[in-house]
Amino acid sequence: MGEAIVITSGKGGVGKTTTTANIGTALALMGKKVCLIDTDIGLRNLDVIMGLENRIIYDIVDVIQGRCKTNQALIKDKRFEFLSLLPAAQTSDKSAITKEGMVDIIKELKEEYDYIIIDCPAGIEQGFQNAIAGADKAIVVTTPEKSSVRDGDRIIGLLEQEEIDPPVLVINRIRNHMMKNGDMMSIDDIVQVLSIDLIGIVLDDDEVIKASNEGEPIAFQPKSKASIAYRNIARRILGETVPLQSLEDDTGVFKKIKQFLGMRS
Amino acid sequence: MVKKQQLILIKGTREGLTLFIDDTCSFEEALAELRETLTSSQRQKDEPNVPVTVKLGNRYLHKEQLNKLENIIEEGNNFTLQSCDSNLITREEALTWLANDEIKSINRIVRSGQVLEVTGDLLLIGDVNPGGKVISTGNVYIMGKLNGIAHAGSDGDYQAIIVASYMKPSQLRIADYISRAPDYEPQGIYMECGYIDEKQDKIMIDRLQVLTQKRKSLSGFERRMLNG
Repeated sequence: MGEAIVITSGKGGVGKTTTTANIGTALALMGKKVCLIDTDIGLRNLDVIMGLENRIIYDIVDVIQGRCKTNQALIKDKRFEFLSLLPAAQTSDKSAITKEGMVDIIKELKEEYDYIIIDCPAGIEQGFQNAIAGADKAIVVTTPEKSSVRDGDRIIGLLEQEEIDPPVLVINRIRNHMMKNGDMMSIDDIVQVLSIDLIGIVLDDDEVIKASNEGEPIAFQPKSKASIAYRNIARRILGETVPLQSLEDDTGVFKKIKQFLGMRS
Repeated sequence: MVKKQQLILIKGTREGLTLFIDDTCSFEEALAELRETLTSSQRQKDEPNVPVTVKLGNRYLHKEQLNKLENIIEEGNNFTLQSCDSNLITREEALTWLANDEIKSINRIVRSGQVLEVTGDLLLIGDVNPGGKVISTGNVYIMGKLNGIAHAGSDGDYQAIIVASYMKPSQLRIADYISRAPDYEPQGIYMECGYIDEKQDKIMIDRLQVLTQKRKSLSGFERRMLNG
């Protein structure tokens, strides 16, 4: 019996879809059976980031409206056998699916997969309600910006009213130099305001955007800091205790010595 | 034959007249005698207006009866019914009284978009996040950070206060007064309170210690009972 995790944030553009793709990929890398669901009907892009856009035949609306079976709509990843994507429809809107439909699909997928990762649309309307309907757990993504933290707070409030485990937090797009100068909210500030458990921090990395554009989630790259961060999150989801990544950008002699000794940050 | 016991007793004080109405007879009897007593007094029209206080003893009057009583007293005389004291209140009144006098302790975080509303005093163990709001008809005590909006005395109690372990509100409201945080970002301060300063006619924020001077009635449990 699998576990359904919804990735949500309230605000748009904080990295829900990127986080979904990378946590999913990282879990698959660790040998888990993972299914990704895109619930952003009308504005789908999880398939683009996963590089599976060309393979879509049926989508989630087709499944819910009974035009195909769930298995027919699932797209197998080109890299892993046990990583699948259930894409959103691009032609309908958010009212095309229902809570009940979502619950049914997730129930069916849980039989076969270890983890079902649900990408939630921005906002707190119908789309959000649909996305969280079948979820057991929630991950709230925020960036170190006031507006994003405010929306995250609202979302946590809404999640607390649902029958769902207490949400956990991912802080995305951290710019270390700005945090150091105090121009950005610090990790402590954010955790204090939201007062939920932190499950991971991800540095802002140009490579993430590059990888997304290429349709190869960053989690495939072994060296990038963001990639390690996502893999750490996946390990924490599996129940391992992993210390938080250091934010320091270690360049110079020290790093060279470390590399020489075969250590990795 | 025993002399009929007087049902109405009138006492004159410096503040006006006090009517004691016997609480063992029926209401109609009392009214009849009251009418008689008052008409026999034959007061002149040009005499100054006299305030009257009625003591009902262990008798409860509902609205209609109260109106009747008022009519009889004020009709044809230069009397005004000032107040009507009874030893009794209804269960309903007692319960609202209790609700308004209780401290409701609540343990949670009031997040953005959430509103926490209580009757009586509010003791919140937890933060009020930016965009969150707490409202109470009495005082607001927050064991945590106040970053959102707090509204005390929402029914119009100007004596109400707001206390927080960490005060950095976006707005403080007491009764119909509103004050907001300055536009530059101030640092929050630990252990502070907000109250209405009568002289300056606005909400002041100060150290907790000033409350011992400003709100002496705060420590009494039955303070509202004493205040009436």
